[in-house]
Amino acid sequence: MQALLDILTNHREVAMSLAKIVAVLAVLLPMVAYSVLAERKLSALIQNRVGPNRVALPLIGGIPILGPFLTRLGFWQPLADGLKSFLKEDFTPAHVRKAYFWLAPALALVPAFMTMAVIPFGSFLGRERMVLADLNVGILYTFGIVSLGVYGIVLAGYAANSKYPFLGGIRSSAQLISYEIAMGMSVVPVFMLVGDLNLSKVIAYQSDGLTSWLVFKQPVAFVIFMVAAFAETNRLPFDLPESETELVGGYHTEYSSMKFALFFMGEYSNMIASSAMMVTLFLGGWTLPFFGLNATPNEDGAIWMGLAHIGIFLAKVMCLLVVFIWVRWMLPRFRYDQLMDLGWRRFIPLGLANIVVTAVILFLQAKQ
Amino acid sequence: MSTATAANTETKPPAPAVETVRVKVDGRVVDVPRTLPDWQGKPQPTTMLQACAIAGAEVPHYCYHPKLPIAGNCRMCLVEFGTPMMGPDRKPVLSEDGSPKIARSVLPYEPGTPRGAIACATPISPGMEIYPSSPATKQMREAVLESLLINHPLDCPICDQAGECKLQEYSVEHGQAESRFAEVKVHKPKQVDLGPRIMLDDERCVLCTRCIRFSRDVAQDDALGIVNRGSHNSIAAFPGRQFDNNYTLNTVDICPVGALTSKDFRFRMRVWFLKETRSVCASCATGCNILISSREESVYRYEPRQNDAVNACWMCDSGRLNYKWIGREDRLLNVRSSRSGARAWAAVVAEIAETLRSAPQGSVAVIASARQSTEELYLLKKLAAHLGALTDSVERLGEGDGFLVNADRNPNTNGARMTGICFTEVGIQIPKIAQGIRSGRIHTLIVFGEDVTRHGIDSETLSKVSTLIVSDILPNETTRRAHFLLPGCAYAEKRGTFVNAKGRLQRFLKAVEPRGEARPEWEFLQELVHQVTGENLGPGFEALFNRMAKDVPALASAGVEWGKVGDLGAPLTL
Amino acid sequence: MIIKRTELSWLERMYFPTLWSGLRVTARHFYDTLFRGGRVTMEYPEQRWTVPEGYRGAPYLVKDAEDRTKCVSCQLCEFVCPPKAIKITPPGPAVDPTTGNVEKRPREFEINMLRCIFCGFCQEVCPEEAIFLMKDYSLTGLSRKEMIYDKEKLLSLGGVHNDQIRKWKKKEAEAASQEAFKPE
Ligand code: SF4
Ligand code: SF4
Ligand code: SF4
Ligand code: FES
Repeated sequence: MQALLDILTNHREVAMSLAKIVAVLAVLLPMVAYSVLAERKLSALIQNRVGPNRVALPLIGGIPILGPFLTRLGFWQPLADGLKSFLKEDFTPAHVRKAYFWLAPALALVPAFMTMAVIPFGSFLGRERMVLADLNVGILYTFGIVSLGVYGIVLAGYAANSKYPFLGGIRSSAQLISYEIAMGMSVVPVFMLVGDLNLSKVIAYQSDGLTSWLVFKQPVAFVIFMVAAFAETNRLPFDLPESETELVGGYHTEYSSMKFALFFMGEYSNMIASSAMMVTLFLGGWTLPFFGLNATPNEDGAIWMGLAHIGIFLAKVMCLLVVFIWVRWMLPRFRYDQLMDLGWRRFIPLGLANIVVTAVILFLQAKQ
Repeated sequence: MSTATAANTETKPPAPAVETVRVKVDGRVVDVPRTLPDWQGKPQPTTMLQACAIAGAEVPHYCYHPKLPIAGNCRMCLVEFGTPMMGPDRKPVLSEDGSPKIARSVLPYEPGTPRGAIACATPISPGMEIYPSSPATKQMREAVLESLLINHPLDCPICDQAGECKLQEYSVEHGQAESRFAEVKVHKPKQVDLGPRIMLDDERCVLCTRCIRFSRDVAQDDALGIVNRGSHNSIAAFPGRQFDNNYTLNTVDICPVGALTSKDFRFRMRVWFLKETRSVCASCATGCNILISSREESVYRYEPRQNDAVNACWMCDSGRLNYKWIGREDRLLNVRSSRSGARAWAAVVAEIAETLRSAPQGSVAVIASARQSTEELYLLKKLAAHLGALTDSVERLGEGDGFLVNADRNPNTNGARMTGICFTEVGIQIPKIAQGIRSGRIHTLIVFGEDVTRHGIDSETLSKVSTLIVSDILPNETTRRAHFLLPGCAYAEKRGTFVNAKGRLQRFLKAVEPRGEARPEWEFLQELVHQVTGENLGPGFEALFNRMAKDVPALASAGVEWGKVGDLGAPLTL
Repeated sequence: MIIKRTELSWLERMYFPTLWSGLRVTARHFYDTLFRGGRVTMEYPEQRWTVPEGYRGAPYLVKDAEDRTKCVSCQLCEFVCPPKAIKITPPGPAVDPTTGNVEKRPREFEINMLRCIFCGFCQEVCPEEAIFLMKDYSLTGLSRKEMIYDKEKLLSLGGVHNDQIRKWKKKEAEAASQEAFKPE
């Protein structure tokens, strides 16, 4: 204990890193919970329904207007859902491969959290950079980690030792590999423009007003990245690994209780991580080209400025989450061959072309 | 019930040597015997109804019953017919194509209207043509039925007969959907107490007089008659008399409607739920053929099953009502050995086998029951022969009535004799067995289905027995003293055969599941015989029966086999 | 028969029209629900549904206007019931003197509401108009046993059926008006 305290007081950066990790998780986990709620509420609104509107807390529920309002909003629903996951029987079917069966949910969740490490979610707060790890090769790290996520799913499919999860796992690996390529190609032009792999640099590049946002400079790359992100997170219209109607839930068919909840959280954390990536790469990160908010702040910028940047970042991420959710209730699932066709025969050539075109333009610009 | 089976006997192909008459039924030529046995078996001219039955055309009828004298009062069997036309020279008039001209029967004063005749009582004549499905016949039937239904209460939902009611059946076939009778129906007495076992609903009666004829002519107890006039005609017992002979319940069977109901079966179950199992009554040596009606493993009633060699269509009331003990609460349910405390069949049977194997020759005696099936008696005899044991069974005598009830109240005395369990004189060995026990020579006693304390071996003697092996169905003094108790099955719970007083081998089949742990006696006896003598008489019941049929001389000479005995039994020469 | 797929245009193959129409539909519903009261959910325990005429809810037994059990224990409903939900114990031969001229009525009548499929066959087959599918649709219980409704429960839930049949009363009156048979 004493030793730990010593390390913390003597090594300021370690202490700060720990504090940031805790802060990020403290934001990320509720965000996961509430994006589930958002999903349910939005889907309800799109389908002329009401959505969760029952859970009330004893004391707060009694507050005159606010209490009933929060209840109708379903504000406490995530609490109930979480509690339910904990209280449900954790059933392990007899036929599963036990060790892998236990490992898979963790493997599905962890990479999603780890991606968050390199994303700059704000400028400075005091003298502290608002990123967990300001890596020079941030994007490579991200790609590395994201592709680990598939192991959780493949393992789940294998461990369950029954046909539907197995099919789900197989589909998932094929789908992830295909779209990983398209995704990778889509970001190459970005870095060609920026000239650096560090994500903070990418944001710095985009801080010259709206026109410098890469979404406008590289719209094709953005579209490819976005579609690939849908595929990578197993979201509709690409949710073939878990498609309830044909695979009874796919890779997590045999899971229940908290283990299932981990998969569920993994899916939403992935969504958040992908949104954060998109915000960083294409939507200007924490910058906003108004009110001087895109001025690259320095080490002693005002605290309010730092907070505002974090707020901007979160707001952008949330907007993208809404897009993710909306698309789910808007589009039907792709057929498997359509999915593969889209990945291999459309996006990969398109990504390649995009690289070539960008290179040519850059070459011509450099010549002038 | 009985009339349905009646059709079977009527359709029997006529024996070749008999004199036949050629008639046409619905245009089809049939040769029918000139005479057929009537209810008493005397030859009588064949009637149109019988001719139609032989030709396969059913003529609806209420009052006609093959085992009762003909009354011809219900008119349901009206059919249109025609006879060959006769010229003044008493020669048949021929039509152009050379076939005889047929004169259809018509009303004498109204030659355009066909006139029917009651098929049940009109004898056929050569060349006669019967039209059981002509429009005129149909119309006559409809009219008769409509008039029968005028005062009928139509309370099928309440009536016990619903489901096996001739009025219902014919109404479906020939009735009208709506009643044209707008007036108030005549109300007659309902729930009339005719006798200790019979309840009458006069409103439902169609006045066929089957019940009257049965009790007067078959049961020889002239107790019923019709009182009042016109629409108020009703059946009643003669004043001051009860309808209480031992055959009253047969009138419930033959009553084509729900007028006569059995007080025992009344409102206990609708007949369409009942499963019918062919069996044999075990209340006396006559062995009346019966149907056991059961639902969900409980027995609801017995009904006679036609067998002209045994009981025709009848059975006695005492036998019919003797089924309640099957479902009694105090049935023996558990197998036990009070020696080792074993409570499982395999262990108890093995323990008995062990005891019997080590018993010296002649130290065992067997008292079986003539209420057991032949197969069981055969197995017991096998066991006894191996052990050099004395065997006997218990005599059970009552009073015979000269009709169906036999003085011998054991159903299978002849089976016991045949298998060698007892001599012609039943029970003469029992004093010897008692003597043997008292002298200490016999120390193992096997008792099946009898309370020996009431049949010659008093409890004091019984207490001298060192091993008492008992199988029974209901508890008694002997079962209480048993060292080994083997719960057995009622005959409705197993398969088997009885040999009746006249030496007819008859099968009975399983109607309900055994209660508790009880098992058919033949099953565990087969195991026991196998373990004691090393002889396997199985596997299964049919193998056992066929083995017995070869071993027992009376059966072997008749050449019987389980599959060939048939529902009506096989006669043996004893 | 082979149905030819319609040729998709270049634009359609890019999924753009699909995306657009999907967006339109979802946006319209979203807007409707949020601002125009387009919600179709009925919030069940608070809001109740008006059960339409002819709805087939739970089957119950009814009494006639003279407070007599209409059922005569004919067991036709037991026979016809497809899932065997009905179990009737007939009265047996003993005559119940308290029921006047009612000849027969069930000693026990049980409907297992967990088995009942609300098909209405019992109502249709009943010759006495003694059983009706009423409007109850929310049947709850804490045990399986509780969901087997016995005669008393079925009769009290079914209530009185005010029809013009009045079978037993009419029979009694008719019989009384005829001199041949006067019931005491
Ligand atoms: S009581 Fe039955 S058998 Fe007797 S006359 Fe009436 S209908 Fe015929
Ligand atoms: S409604 Fe149908 S299922 Fe239910 S009790 Fe009646 S017959 Fe049976
Ligand atoms: S059908 Fe009607 S009268 Fe018959 S038992 Fe059922 S409810 Fe009672
Ligand atoms: S059957 Fe012939 S008159 Fe009754």
